[in-house]
Amino acid sequence: MGMTITEKILAYHSDRDVVEPGEIIEARIDLALANDITAPLSLEEFEKVGAKKVFDTEKVAFVLDHFTPNKDILSAHNCKKIREFSKKYGIKNFFEGGRCGIEHALIPEEGLVLPGDVVIGADSHTCTYGALGAFATGMGSTDITYGMVTGKIWLKVPESIKFVCYGKWQRWVTGKDLILHIIGMIGVDGALYGAMEFDGEAISDLSMDSRFTVANMAIEAGGKNGIFKVDEKTLEYIKGRSKRPYRVFESDPDGRYKEAYEIDASKIGLNVACPSLPSNVKPVEALKGVEIDQAVIGSCTNGRMEDLEIAARILKGKKVADGVRCIIIPATPKIYREALTRGFFEIFLDAGCIISPPTCGPCLGGHMGVLAKGEKAIATTNRNFIGRMGHPESEVYLSGASVAAASAIKGTISHPEEVL
Amino acid sequence: MELKGRIWKFGDNIDTDIIIPARYLSLTDPKALGEHCMEPIAPNFHKDAKPGDIIVAGSNFGCGSSREHAPIAILALGIPLVIAKSFARIFYRNAFNKGLALLEADIFDDVKEGETIEVDISSGTIKLGTKVVKAKPIPPFMEELIEAGGLINYLKKKLEE
Repeated sequence: MGMTITEKILAYHSDRDVVEPGEIIEARIDLALANDITAPLSLEEFEKVGAKKVFDTEKVAFVLDHFTPNKDILSAHNCKKIREFSKKYGIKNFFEGGRCGIEHALIPEEGLVLPGDVVIGADSHTCTYGALGAFATGMGSTDITYGMVTGKIWLKVPESIKFVCYGKWQRWVTGKDLILHIIGMIGVDGALYGAMEFDGEAISDLSMDSRFTVANMAIEAGGKNGIFKVDEKTLEYIKGRSKRPYRVFESDPDGRYKEAYEIDASKIGLNVACPSLPSNVKPVEALKGVEIDQAVIGSCTNGRMEDLEIAARILKGKKVADGVRCIIIPATPKIYREALTRGFFEIFLDAGCIISPPTCGPCLGGHMGVLAKGEKAIATTNRNFIGRMGHPESEVYLSGASVAAASAIKGTISHPEEVL
Repeated sequence: MELKGRIWKFGDNIDTDIIIPARYLSLTDPKALGEHCMEPIAPNFHKDAKPGDIIVAGSNFGCGSSREHAPIAILALGIPLVIAKSFARIFYRNAFNKGLALLEADIFDDVKEGETIEVDISSGTIKLGTKVVKAKPIPPFMEELIEAGGLINYLKKKLEE
């Protein structure tokens, strides 16, 4: 019996020839990551265990992206604590200020995660890095402390679930529409504890940015990780970013899968997840007339170049509807600069959009676009739980960038073809 | 360990934004976090819940973010145990790491809010009146962790060796 890519990566990192789903292993990690809301708890535990150093100053990263630029005194205090810790223990990958972006866009961009890696992060969307053929999973702060100190982590080898996509993508459709389609199909616990593996000709056709989006939302189906095959696009992406050797793993043809789904890409249209679960998915056409107060284009899910390009294409020469706030959040300083030099900022500003510095901000109701009671937003973010973006009686609809941009112009949830 | 507690019922897919909304994540003090536990759907929960009470929920309890603030907020109210049909995996790890006991059992439809149940956590036995339900056994490795006093104590011992 063969092994899946996830099993092979975990076997390699635990010095084993073979691992089986359900087994508990201790795996070496290539990166342990935390952010400004999860690191403070990790550091408290670090003090408690009396550790004297981190296992490798190159393999720990702190990204201050959630409530930054500091939204209040408490957030500023937490960032200060992490900054002081990083200085004291010589943490090489400490990101704040103008070097900082949304962690799951920034870490791959910086070449800190490579194919075949095992990455653990105190953030549930750590699974994003599976787009690079790495095993990456979210954990709590205490687990990250364990990883930071020992360079290892205990893991239960997950069962793999395969999603094979074939056929040609429709116009405007991106990774967001695929992952919403899958979550709608299997539910928010449809892949509970499992490894979601994406394969097939239509997956090869997806851009790297779209692959990051798909892997990012594996957690929204309860998945432990999402993972993609390494191909020319992956290698092209890491070229010039990788600063250390890496290994490419591939699933065996006879690898075992708990379930396998075949998905016809040509049948997937633009999808929207309605309040208050990411699995409450409807085609955009079914939501005609739903009024919105805010559109958010950003986040670790959809704040990359592909998303801003799509938004610019739709917003060019148009105006955001009266009474709608359209907030655009380039995910990293590099993306911010590229959007600026390519003239996207002018398009966004002419349209009446707000351009935010890179931050998680409104996605989790932190700052930079919190909703009032009764308000509705369309957002390219990843969660639409009750009160996620603000007041418990506010609502969030999740979509890709094209629907969010078109909806900002119309003031109601709209298909991009309605505004072009 | 044997417990006897009053039940609070929550349904399916209770996510971490319900257990502790993100806007409070700058807080690290358990007591302060407890004051906002379940706030979006049960604003008075933190006042009405008493130490020793037990949460009974449906499937996928704790889905969403990796915030450890979620089990910390529940524990801060003195709630030692959550029984659910299933748990989201990050929450599952976090709860054990923080000392919140979890049992996987499908008893949601068999219990009423406010009634008292007896639970033996070690054996996973839940007494519902005359009926006895067995929870899914805790994985042996997790039991080892619990015996060591949680992950941090396990790590402490490892560092002393």
